[in-house]
Amino acid sequence: MPPVVKIEDIHKIYDSGEIPVHAVRGVSLEIHHKEFLALMGASGSGKSTLMNLLGCLDRPTRGRYLLDGIDVSELEKNELADIRNQKLGFVFQGFNLLARTTALENVELPCLYGKERMTGKKMRERAMYCLEIVGLANRADHMPNQLSGGQQQRVAIARALVNQPQVLLADEPTGNLDSKTSIEVMGVFQKLNEQGITIVMVTHELDVARYCKRHLILRDGVVVRDEPTQDRSIAEIELAKLKEAETAAKLLAAGSNAH
Amino acid sequence: MPRRLLQVLLPAAIGALVIALWYGVHTWLTEDMRFLLPAPGAVLAAFRDHGSELARATLNTTEGALLGFILAVAISFAFALGLSLSPLVRVSFYPYLMILQMTPVIVFAPILVLWVGAGIKSVVVITFLICFFPLVVNTTQGLISTDRNLVELFRMYRARRLQELWLLRVPSALPYFFTGLRIAATLAPIGALVGDYTAGSSAGNGGGLGFQTIIYSSRAQYPALFATAMVTCALGFVFVAVVVSLSWLVLRHWHDSYDRADG
Ligand SMILES: Nc1ncnc2c1ncn2[C@@H]1O[C@H](COP(=O)(O)OP(=O)(O)O)[C@@H](O)[C@H]1O
Ligand SMILES: [Mg+2]
Repeated sequence: MPPVVKIEDIHKIYDSGEIPVHAVRGVSLEIHHKEFLALMGASGSGKSTLMNLLGCLDRPTRGRYLLDGIDVSELEKNELADIRNQKLGFVFQGFNLLARTTALENVELPCLYGKERMTGKKMRERAMYCLEIVGLANRADHMPNQLSGGQQQRVAIARALVNQPQVLLADEPTGNLDSKTSIEVMGVFQKLNEQGITIVMVTHELDVARYCKRHLILRDGVVVRDEPTQDRSIAEIELAKLKEAETAAKLLAAGSNAH
Repeated sequence: MPRRLLQVLLPAAIGALVIALWYGVHTWLTEDMRFLLPAPGAVLAAFRDHGSELARATLNTTEGALLGFILAVAISFAFALGLSLSPLVRVSFYPYLMILQMTPVIVFAPILVLWVGAGIKSVVVITFLICFFPLVVNTTQGLISTDRNLVELFRMYRARRLQELWLLRVPSALPYFFTGLRIAATLAPIGALVGDYTAGSSAGNGGGLGFQTIIYSSRAQYPALFATAMVTCALGFVFVAVVVSLSWLVLRHWHDSYDRADG
């Protein structure tokens, strides 16, 4: 199978400011179906810039980008947006959910647009299905402010899934979450990856990156390391361990109270 | 004493104290100066004697205030939608809005009388002019203060401008809109009163409270003047109370827009 993402010597130079910033300096990369890639690197190393290029949110200054075999480097703005809505799903650090709008309606949001208009019923069914995938079907009519941070991020993941994308792009998806909730969200990603979705996520936490399958480390806009994850973490196991430790701690507390 | 009881008793006590003080000052004044501050009983009598007159005037002023207010809400909303389109549009219109706001409405009154005639029409227009500015400015501010991330999200999904407006910008502008609404609600009865005072007329249904103020003061009916002042005060209070409860009803479900934990 051809790679889902193939970039060749891609560059991005921001020249809006006083001096041009060469944020990505010749990155070449192939990402295959069912890969789960962690993009790491210090702040300012170009992770978000590379993500924006992968997400067709920004165009490279130089280089070629084949998304699912289609050369997107030459596409018009509108064509680019169409490809983006068909093939890619986005998850952000800040969740970006509409306040005062139910979880279900938030998930439906991407269906309102795009070329093919769906019927309301079909849209609802699909959104509901995506909420089921992330384990929040029972919260469909909750407002974002009634959900925890981890649940909000899972709603955002469901929203990213609603157009049935091939690739999920997530920029620091656990950046606003505590460590336990982060593991839960990584568990959702691992499950989706099992089901055949390719995932690329930016993170600066090694603990979080360990749940991915491949590590790509950037420095000053170039890839300095690209390797498979060593002793990969599995969210289910880690969560079970956490639960065990919590139970043990409770027992211990109960025991010491009895004395 | 329970707190709840105190919360009722204390304001009542203050009220009684004020009336007592009022009566005290009235009796302390020499006989020939007492017209300056009529006794509470005299004001009460004025309510009885001029009751129907005052009721009709109140109704007229309420009508003017309400019409001007509603007109201002509707037109300012449409105007704000236009202003939210681009900074260029705002830069082009704001100076003139400012000029309109800076000009005291009093100076428009004679012109209005010339254009639409004295009476309710002039009152409505003056109320409108007074309410318009805070409504437009607040609503526009709300429409352009939408969370940037969400705007970018909508653009990313290729939402049309209209969808962005109705699904995103208008809902998030609501708290700002209601701030404008509250300010306008305090201004509307004042506007109607000033309008009636400067451009009112006894024609048709008769004048409003502003017009009545002129009549009573020209006839030296001071207790009635005090009664009018009280009615005006009550009217303003009712106006604000209605709008505040309305916005509370709507914004109750919106409360997270006031204190969003995730900023
Ligand atoms: N829109 C922009 N305009 C100009 N410079 C930018 C822009 N976005 C990012 N940069 C610069 O590009 C470099 C890489 O930024 P970024 O991709 O955001 O890094 P990271 O996400 O790894 O922290 C930084 O030096 C940053 O200042
Ligand atoms: Mg970044």
